[in-house]
Amino acid sequence: MKLKMGLIILTVIVTVVLLGPLWATLDPETIHWDDMAIAPDTVYWFGTDVMGRDLYIRTLLGGQVSLMVGLLATIVSVLIGVLYGMLAGYFGGKVDAVMMRLVDVFYALPFLFLVILLMVFFGQQLWLLFAAIGCYLWLDMARIVRGQTLMLKEQGFIEASVALGQPSKNILFKHILPNLKSVVIVYATLIVPQVIMIESFLSFLGLGVQEPMTSWGALVNEGADNMELAPWSLWFPALFLSLTLVGFNLVGDGLRDRWDPSNKT
Amino acid sequence: MLNLVVKRLLWGIPVLWLVLTLTFFLLRAAPGGPFDQERELPAEVEKLIAAKYQLNQPIVQQYGHYLKSVIQGDLGPSFQYVDYSINELITLGLPVSLKLGFYALLLALLLGIGLGMVAALYANKWPDSVAMITAVIGISTPNFVIAPMLIMWLAVNWQWLPVGGWSGGHWSYLVLPVITLSLPYIAAIARLVRGSLLEILNQPFIRTAKAKGLSQKAMIFKHALRPSLLPVISYLGPAAVGLMTGSVVIEQIFGIPGMGRYFVQGALNRDYTLVLGVVLVIGLMMLLFNLLVDLLYRLIDPRIDQNSPLSVGNG
Repeated sequence: MKLKMGLIILTVIVTVVLLGPLWATLDPETIHWDDMAIAPDTVYWFGTDVMGRDLYIRTLLGGQVSLMVGLLATIVSVLIGVLYGMLAGYFGGKVDAVMMRLVDVFYALPFLFLVILLMVFFGQQLWLLFAAIGCYLWLDMARIVRGQTLMLKEQGFIEASVALGQPSKNILFKHILPNLKSVVIVYATLIVPQVIMIESFLSFLGLGVQEPMTSWGALVNEGADNMELAPWSLWFPALFLSLTLVGFNLVGDGLRDRWDPSNKT
Repeated sequence: MLNLVVKRLLWGIPVLWLVLTLTFFLLRAAPGGPFDQERELPAEVEKLIAAKYQLNQPIVQQYGHYLKSVIQGDLGPSFQYVDYSINELITLGLPVSLKLGFYALLLALLLGIGLGMVAALYANKWPDSVAMITAVIGISTPNFVIAPMLIMWLAVNWQWLPVGGWSGGHWSYLVLPVITLSLPYIAAIARLVRGSLLEILNQPFIRTAKAKGLSQKAMIFKHALRPSLLPVISYLGPAAVGLMTGSVVIEQIFGIPGMGRYFVQGALNRDYTLVLGVVLVIGLMMLLFNLLVDLLYRLIDPRIDQNSPLSVGNG
C-alpha cells in the first residue's frame, strides 16, 4: 500500500521533471520585463517570479538538479558505508573495534556544521556538494551493514566457503554482498530524501547550487523571500519538494516493512 | 553508572579536540579573511590589524595559541563584533537557542507520544490513518517550507503573532519558531511510539493483564507505555542534533539571536573565533546530551549492559 503509493508519486514526479521541459516554450533564465510576479495563467503555467522568469521551467530544471544531487550523493554514501561496514563486520575483532570506534567519533562531530562551513568557503562546485553530503550520510549505512555482515558470517554457507579456502575477497563480494542487497536497497531509499533535504537546506541558506543553476531548495528560498508579492513562487517548488520526499519516504518504509524482518514498524 | 559518566567525558576530550582542529584548519584553508573590505586598506594598516589579532604568525603557532587559550576557558576576541569576546557572545546566544530547543523538544515529545498512542489504540482505523499520513507529510516537509507559510497566514494575514524577532523570549515570539522546529520530530516520535506500542500490546504480559480484567487505561499507562518509550529515548540523541541544525534555519528565518545565526553570520564574515566557539559549544552539547540519553535509557531499561561504555544511543 505504502510502497505502491510511494512508487506512483515518484513515477509521476520523475516523469514530469524529466519530460516536462519538452513542453516548455520559455527559457529558464530569460527575464520577462513586463511580466514580473505574474500569477499562474495559460502562458506561465506556474506563474513568474519577481524577476519575471518562468517558474514552470525553473521548477522542473531545479528538480532535475535536486534529484541528481540526491542520487549521486546517495551513491557516494552507499559505496563508502557498504564497503566500510562489510570490512568491519567481516574481519571482526580488533579491526572491527577500531573501525567502529571511528564511526562513533564521526557520530559525535557536528557534521552538518562542518558541511555548512565547507559550502561557505568552497561552495561554487557542485561535486563538493555530493562529496560533502555523501561523506556525512554513510555512517548509518556502515552500522547497518556491519550488523548484517556479522550475522551472515556466522551462517553455514559462509563457514563452508571459509573451510573450502576461498580468499576473503571472494567471500566478501560473491557471498556476503549479494545477501546484503535488500538491506542496502531499503536504507539507500531512505538516504535519498535525507540528501535532498540537506541539499535544499544548504541551498536555502544560499550555500548550495549557485545561479544560474537552481534547485528546489534555492527556489523555495527565493519564494519565501517574496511570498507576499508572489506566493506561487513558494508553493510550486515547495509542493514538488515535499511530494518527492513523501514519495521516497513511503517507498523506503514500504520496502522496509516487506524486506527487513527486524523492523516491523 | 559513575564509571560510565567519567569514561564518556574523558572520551569526549579527543572528540572535541578533533572537532576544533578540523574546523580551525578548514577555516584557515578558506579564501578570504575576516578583515577583507570593499575598500582596500593600506598595506601597513593591514599588517597592524593582522599583528593585533596575531594573524601574522605561522599558522601552527596560531593554532597552538588558540588551543592553549581554549583550555583556559577563553575563546578569544570576536573579529567582527568589536569589543565582544566570544565568551560574551555565547553567553548571549546559548540561552536563546537552548530555550528554543527545549520547548521544541518538549512539544515534540508531548504531541508525538500522544499522537502515537492514539494511532496505536485505533490501529488500522481512521484516526490511525490520519495520524500516520500526517506524520509522513510532517517528516517530508522541510521546516523552511512550513515556516514561511505559517508566517504568511498567522503573522502577516491574520496578525495573530509577531512575524519574527525575539523580544527577550516573550511567549508570543516563541510560538511559531517552536512549532516549526518541532513538527518533523512530532511526526517521527509519533511513528516510533505507534510501532513499539503495537508490538508491546501483542506481548504475553499484556495478554495476561487483559485476561485478569485490567481496564484498558490501566493496561496502557501502567504496563505498555513505559517499555514502548525506549525507542523514543534512543531517538532523542539524533533528534537533539537535528534540532540544533534545524534551529540554524529557524533562527535565520525568524531573526532570532541564537547560536545558529552566529554560526552562519560568523562563517560568512570569516569570524574565525566565533565559528570555532560555536562549533565547540555545539560539539559539547551533543556529547552531554548523548550521555544524558544513555543514562536515561539505562534508568528505564535496567537490562542494558552496564559494561559497554561507548554504546552510543543512536543507530
